[in-house]
Amino acid sequence: MKTFRIGGVHPSENKLSAGKKIEPMALPKQAVFPLSQHIGAPAVPCVAKGDMVKVGTKIADAGGFVSAAIFSSVSGKVAKIDSVIDASGYRKPAIFIDVVGDEWEESIDRSEELVTKCDLKPEEIVAKIKDAGVVGMGGACFPTHVKLTPPPGSKAECVIINAVECEPYLTADHSLMLEKPEQILMGVSLLMKAVNVTVGYIAIENNKPDAIALMTEKAKNFPGIQVVPLKVKYPQGGEKQLIDAVISRQVPAPPAIPIAVGAVVQNVGTAYAVYEAVIKNKPLFERIVTVTGKSLANPSNFLTRMGTPMSQLIEAAGGMPEDTGKIIGGGPMMGKALLNAEVPICKGSSGVLLMSEKESLRGEEQNCTRCAKCVAACPMGLEPYLLAKLGEYADWERAEKEDIMTCIECGCCTFTCPSNRPLLDWVRLCKNTVGGIIRERNAKK
Amino acid sequence: MNTILVAVIALGVTALVLAGVLFVVSKQFAVEEDPRVGQVAEVLPQANCGGCGYPGCAGFADACVKAGSLDGLLCPVGGQAVMTKVADILGLSADAAEPKVAVVRCNGTCEHRPRTAVYDGAVSCKIAHATGCGETGCAFGCLGCGDCVAACKFDAIRMNPTTGLPEVDAEKCTACGACVKACPRMIIELRNKGKNGRRMVVLCVNKDKGAITRKACEVGCIGCGKCQKVCPFDAITIANNLAYIDYEKCKLCRKCEDECPQHSIVAVNFPPRKPKPAATEAPKTAPAAEAKSAAKAPETTETPSTQTAPSTPNTQKS
Amino acid sequence: MSPHVHSGDSVSKNMRWVIIAMLPAMLWSFYAFGMGAVIVTAVSVASCVFFEWAINKYILKNDKCTVCDLSAVVTGILLAFNLPSNLPLYIIIIGALFAIGVVKMTFGGLGCNLFNPALAARVFLLISFPVKMTVFPEVGQMTAYADAVTAATPMAAIKAQISTGTLADVSLLDLFLGNVGGSLGEVSALCLLLGLVILLVSRTITWHIPVSILVTVFALTGLLHIAYPVEVATPWHHLFGGGLMLGAIFMATDYVTSPMTPKGQLIYGFCIGFLTVAIRVFGAYPEGMSFAILIMNAFVPLINNACKPKRFAKEVKK
Repeated sequence: MKTFRIGGVHPSENKLSAGKKIEPMALPKQAVFPLSQHIGAPAVPCVAKGDMVKVGTKIADAGGFVSAAIFSSVSGKVAKIDSVIDASGYRKPAIFIDVVGDEWEESIDRSEELVTKCDLKPEEIVAKIKDAGVVGMGGACFPTHVKLTPPPGSKAECVIINAVECEPYLTADHSLMLEKPEQILMGVSLLMKAVNVTVGYIAIENNKPDAIALMTEKAKNFPGIQVVPLKVKYPQGGEKQLIDAVISRQVPAPPAIPIAVGAVVQNVGTAYAVYEAVIKNKPLFERIVTVTGKSLANPSNFLTRMGTPMSQLIEAAGGMPEDTGKIIGGGPMMGKALLNAEVPICKGSSGVLLMSEKESLRGEEQNCTRCAKCVAACPMGLEPYLLAKLGEYADWERAEKEDIMTCIECGCCTFTCPSNRPLLDWVRLCKNTVGGIIRERNAKK
Repeated sequence: MNTILVAVIALGVTALVLAGVLFVVSKQFAVEEDPRVGQVAEVLPQANCGGCGYPGCAGFADACVKAGSLDGLLCPVGGQAVMTKVADILGLSADAAEPKVAVVRCNGTCEHRPRTAVYDGAVSCKIAHATGCGETGCAFGCLGCGDCVAACKFDAIRMNPTTGLPEVDAEKCTACGACVKACPRMIIELRNKGKNGRRMVVLCVNKDKGAITRKACEVGCIGCGKCQKVCPFDAITIANNLAYIDYEKCKLCRKCEDECPQHSIVAVNFPPRKPKPAATEAPKTAPAAEAKSAAKAPETTETPSTQTAPSTPNTQKS
Repeated sequence: MSPHVHSGDSVSKNMRWVIIAMLPAMLWSFYAFGMGAVIVTAVSVASCVFFEWAINKYILKNDKCTVCDLSAVVTGILLAFNLPSNLPLYIIIIGALFAIGVVKMTFGGLGCNLFNPALAARVFLLISFPVKMTVFPEVGQMTAYADAVTAATPMAAIKAQISTGTLADVSLLDLFLGNVGGSLGEVSALCLLLGLVILLVSRTITWHIPVSILVTVFALTGLLHIAYPVEVATPWHHLFGGGLMLGAIFMATDYVTSPMTPKGQLIYGFCIGFLTVAIRVFGAYPEGMSFAILIMNAFVPLINNACKPKRFAKEVKK
């Protein structure tokens, strides 16, 4: 069984909502669309207060090449353009829409019929993906059309679909694979066509045997696509780790990107979104969100319209448990703790995790005993104990020499530290500062 | 006897040879340095804090000697006294610079600014800053992790456990600016010390709109502009929903203090105000505020402060 | 601040595993040396814990309870393992004070010490009380303590080979099982190997350090034995005799004083093995393990600097 080569940890899986059917979520009263739901420039609103919109109406244009348009997930009236606290914890500008009815744009094909034929040219596919505002659905939200446009001089050799879902608790991708296998495979074919390759891998961790079996079975009808079962290990869903695991190639340190080793990595949710965008003309305005937590009455997978407040999802899953200490947007390893439950679902919200106070409490910080467990756990071959110390003592130059910029912030070091040291907190600070210094230096040149 | 003689001679010869080597080397490789650099360095505080903008006191001394005039050169630690001495050595004149002090522009104490979340990351403001609003609804206010305290080399800034805010000891503060650099939210500012340490400060740096600010903090500036209108000296500017008092222009008339509906403007180190006769334009806010301060008194009197004084006339001698 | 989950691993958990791993050897020492072993172990552990607590509370004025992490208990047991079972109490207490007070707490407590506390204390005692520390009671005196009959240790006998040129009569089986004189914890290679298995299975340590030490010693003494069959004992004697096992399994693998990367650990292990053999065969002492580990402890920061882990994608395999 394949896996990546360096480091890694095994957090307890806690996939409470595994095997649950995807349930459609009711429409919210008001939907909120933050303008920065993706990496890159924020989108620019193209509606004004008082405008009427339908489901699938574009409400904000992409703010640049590395950016993505935003579409309304509801029909109704634009209430205001104001700021909202989003998953980052900062107040960001957002479009507020009061929901009236559920009227869809006519161009969207709402039939369930599976289409496996597509005569579009690669450029046309990429253009359609761009026009539908599709971004990476794994959490990083990198605009998909950018990834499908290899920089000059590089050539893609294969498409790797990330369906490992290595974060504990989350089951959104898992449930999607069980219910929409053909649509996903068609999406993969489209992605392969878009970057002009004939090889596609779908990487699934072997804690999802049902998904592996189903996808392998269905993949027989799609030439070139192959399901690759992987050994369970976090952070297998990291782009670099995944490429290493599937095709045994290691992407060099930044600024190199996966295309340097001929790989284009897309999330399985993205593949599905691509299918809907290209075949059904449906822009990206809904996604599967896992709502889970040990004390939650009914952990579920919801098909949710963007802009729905998380509180509504929590309510639908049985209400906020009394012992809730933390609401996390995303999984427990890389997700962000949210300031309140009113944060809207965005393109990258793969899950809402409610953790009890006891579970989320960090242990008391002790001295580093130099046990080297963080070094063994780091999937990038770094020395987290050292980088954290350098961050603490603000030795940015040394940190740069110690390759801090290759850190993927997976959290394995903090997870594994017996002394409960907040290693990643310091490393992240250090990485951000060093990154700023490097950008400044490059700007001067 | 012979042994002693041999030893003495041997050691003596060695000493002579080595002394000769030392002499030659010191002459041959002597570094030409303006003798005044050493003299200037001698009168500097030797704290090597970098507050002057040069790498340590030696660097500053070198800069003073080379500059030819002392314009723009100031040792914030030694202040005017030291600069005068430096000027004497160099035969230059030192501008009279107003002594400054670090001011923490946030009054979001535990009771003014309710905690809405718990921060459990590493104890560092820089890291907490990355979580957005942090523990409170205010994305601009003090995070309370004490990066400024750690940065201060003069023990002049301490966290007040009651308010959760740092407090500056004006006596110890040398205005070196280390805390200003350390604060990720740029809350700390160097301001003129003022006569008898009296100064008017907007204790808030929140740039959010009024409604959001008011929700997050009782004493946050909402940028209403009342103070700007009442100021007879044009010392107050409003930008990004935030008032700022220019300490160069402020004449300490205290009119804005009464006008501020949020009590964001605070008068520091003023003697207690005499109760005014009701006939004058005593604004309604003043008595109310007074009552408030009375209610808060027990908590604040225990920890007398110079900076985060209650938003009403300061009755304590700090 | 992500991650929001933790492995549940903790310092005290790791220390608990180390203690569990030391139990077989400890029980064997109780069986082999009787009351003396119990007294020495108890006193050593108690005084280590006491000094840790007292120094933390009264000298460092630290509120945190570092006794709970069990590292002092581990140090206490390791120190006892390194002492003969008839050692006077005051010497043990001095050893504990040196281990905790000088070697560990002076540097800032657990994690900051440069040298292994128990080992440093052993060497300190060895130099301060050379006679008391090198006289070991014979096995099987259940109730004796200070009046125990003493005998030469196998290592001394092996050392004597070099000068006398006659083969020492030491049964390999006795060495392996622990039916020989020596300090408390070092006698039974079998029990120590059992401890190694526990440590490896519980993932408290990795195999790199113990294996590299044992292999190096075995290989080097093997070569020397082939070259000088009379003067140098067989590699098996060297492997199972003296403090090699104890040192390789419990001392050299101490988290704090060993390198961070597998590569570094292998180098560290090899150097310890090399130095041990050098001291045993060519040095003045019959036993070289403690010195070898302490010397290499000093090199750990250097090794850490030189041996970086294999970075991701540093050598791209196509």
